[in-house]
Amino acid sequence: MAVLIIADHGDGHLREATGKTLTAAAKIGGDVDILVAGKDVEGPAAEAAKLSGVRKVLTAKSDALGQGIAEAYQALVVPLMANYDALLVPATAQGKNIAPRIAARLDVAQVSDVVAVISADTFTHPIYAGNALETVQSSDPKKVLTVRASAFADAVTGGSAKIESIDAGAGAAGTKFVSDEMVKSDRPELAGAKIVVSGGRALGSAEEFHAVIEPLADKLGAAVGASRAAVDAGYAPNDYQVGQTGKVVAPDLYLAIGISGAIQHLAGMKDSKVIAAINKDPDAPIFAIADYGLVADYKTAVPELMTALNALK
Amino acid sequence: MKVLIPVKRVIDFNVKARVKGDQSGVDLANVKMSMNPFCEIAVEEAVRLQEKGVVSETVAVSIGPIQAQDTLRTAMAIGADRGLLIQTDADPQPLAVAKLLAAVVAEEKPDVVIMGKQAIDGDNNAAGQMLAALLDWPQATFASRIEISGKTAKVTREVDGGLQTLEVTLPAVITVDLRLNEPRYASLPNIMKAKKKPLDIKQAADLGVDMAPRLKVVKVTEPPKREGGVKVADAAELAAKFKAAGVL
Ligand SMILES: Cc1cc2nc3c(=O)[nH]c(=O)nc-3n(C[C@H](O)[C@H](O)[C@H](O)COP(=O)(O)OP(=O)(O)OC[C@H]3O[C@@H](n4cnc5c(N)ncnc54)[C@H](O)[C@@H]3O)c2cc1C
Ligand SMILES: Nc1ncnc2c1ncn2[C@@H]1O[C@H](COP(=O)(O)O)[C@@H](O)[C@H]1O
Repeated sequence: MAVLIIADHGDGHLREATGKTLTAAAKIGGDVDILVAGKDVEGPAAEAAKLSGVRKVLTAKSDALGQGIAEAYQALVVPLMANYDALLVPATAQGKNIAPRIAARLDVAQVSDVVAVISADTFTHPIYAGNALETVQSSDPKKVLTVRASAFADAVTGGSAKIESIDAGAGAAGTKFVSDEMVKSDRPELAGAKIVVSGGRALGSAEEFHAVIEPLADKLGAAVGASRAAVDAGYAPNDYQVGQTGKVVAPDLYLAIGISGAIQHLAGMKDSKVIAAINKDPDAPIFAIADYGLVADYKTAVPELMTALNALK
Repeated sequence: MKVLIPVKRVIDFNVKARVKGDQSGVDLANVKMSMNPFCEIAVEEAVRLQEKGVVSETVAVSIGPIQAQDTLRTAMAIGADRGLLIQTDADPQPLAVAKLLAAVVAEEKPDVVIMGKQAIDGDNNAAGQMLAALLDWPQATFASRIEISGKTAKVTREVDGGLQTLEVTLPAVITVDLRLNEPRYASLPNIMKAKKKPLDIKQAADLGVDMAPRLKVVKVTEPPKREGGVKVADAAELAAKFKAAGVL
């Protein structure tokens, strides 16, 4: 049995999701290799080599891989899979973009958003916005899984795998990169943050979102999230959306401000350790799952919370 | 320019799915069903492209039971020219959906397939990428903006960290995200008009595609319940709770 993981990395570093995917891979068993593909691979590859339980780290370097072009990943990974029984990819937007394409070329099913590995062929994943957990057994000769990183523990370091550079494969003739428009932020990444402060439609404007949610997040050392309504209205960038069709987070503390708690939003945060909510409507559904609910107008409650947090420190 | 729009009939997004007592699946009896919201966005986009004169023909296709005709009528009420039902009572998994759609593409020869990024029942987010792979076409997933001119589509995508713009050569598969557009409400006259638009029915079994499920459902269970509902009096108490819970 051999398992290949496609690493999630950026800004010269491995992202936590890769280690958590390694934890999932270890439950399948066998040798585990990590593929670091992209433009800037040395830093993340060195970090991947230090994770415990990795046989080897493969690096593949090209512009198309760095741009996340799915066809380039297909050209690289499909031939590699001759040597592997399973492919595990973190269920990020990028993982979701490439993994099904590889699965189809291998003529195998993909199990999306795996939250538990029951055995080498049996996996559990959420369906219906997390209102049901489906356990499926795969009859395919090779398994392709996207892994919900927040459901798995961090990997342990202490390894010293060898790093091997491989040919990046063909580019993507039919697809041309035009431009990027990335959100710059010094805050922790939403996906791996210990605390997340999210704002909803109640904030009413981008200015108010900046003025209220961001200082509170900074006070708590938190990442910033948002509901779909807040993103649709342009209060926050698309990358902040937490939910069924956005990012799934499970921080130690999730604080929802002016968010009603629609099932689609809950799907992205209900596995957080502690959930707190500030909402002026005592019947808001978010309160049904919040460990601590404060029925209040955020306009007064957030400044008061800032003051109270200052007093605690 | 011809667009194919795969649309899926799913549980309405306002309905909370309930797991069956025998753990065999989700109870869909007497549950409101609607077009998958992402598919609605795809139909709206295709129709807008047609209204702009970029596209000349829009065909909606659904794989599913006979009731999926309603979903196709909804697509035609938004403005799609015609509907095609690939009838099956099996609920095909994304790989089989992609294979069936590839067979439809071979027949219909669209220049572009515009479809949802995700069906909100299985939440797989896979069929579009799989279809692109099987056809060996470029893909542009999670689109929040689509511009088609000549033989290329310029697509802005919602990616990790922000937005990315790609240019794909047609034919290609584009999957759509929430911010692409806001689908219109179908007007009564358009709903009436849709009833007269052509809707063909083919049997999935006649397409010569391997539809065998590769994943056997072992069980479907309810997620662990969360006990919430504790209210605090004020912000100071909330801060104190954070401290006590050790999360600060
Ligand atoms: C296909 C599909 C996918 C979706 N995916 C997602 C997803 O991934 N993530 C997601 O979040 N949503 C998603 N949604 C949308 C979801 O259904 C809800 O519409 C959305 O989550 C609502 O956002 P909200 O809670 O910010 O807004 P609202 O529901 O409008 O809630 C605003 C809340 O703010 C409170 N409020 C108002 N003023 C104040 C004040 N001054 N102080 C305190 N509280 C106040 C109100 O009481 C209310 O509870 C999806 C929907 C569909 C159809
Ligand atoms: N049974 C189906 N009939 C038509 N289109 C489908 C079907 N299943 C999935 N699709 C399309 O594939 C997209 C992604 O679905 P999924 O991969 O199942 O999340 C949907 O938004 C539809 O456009």
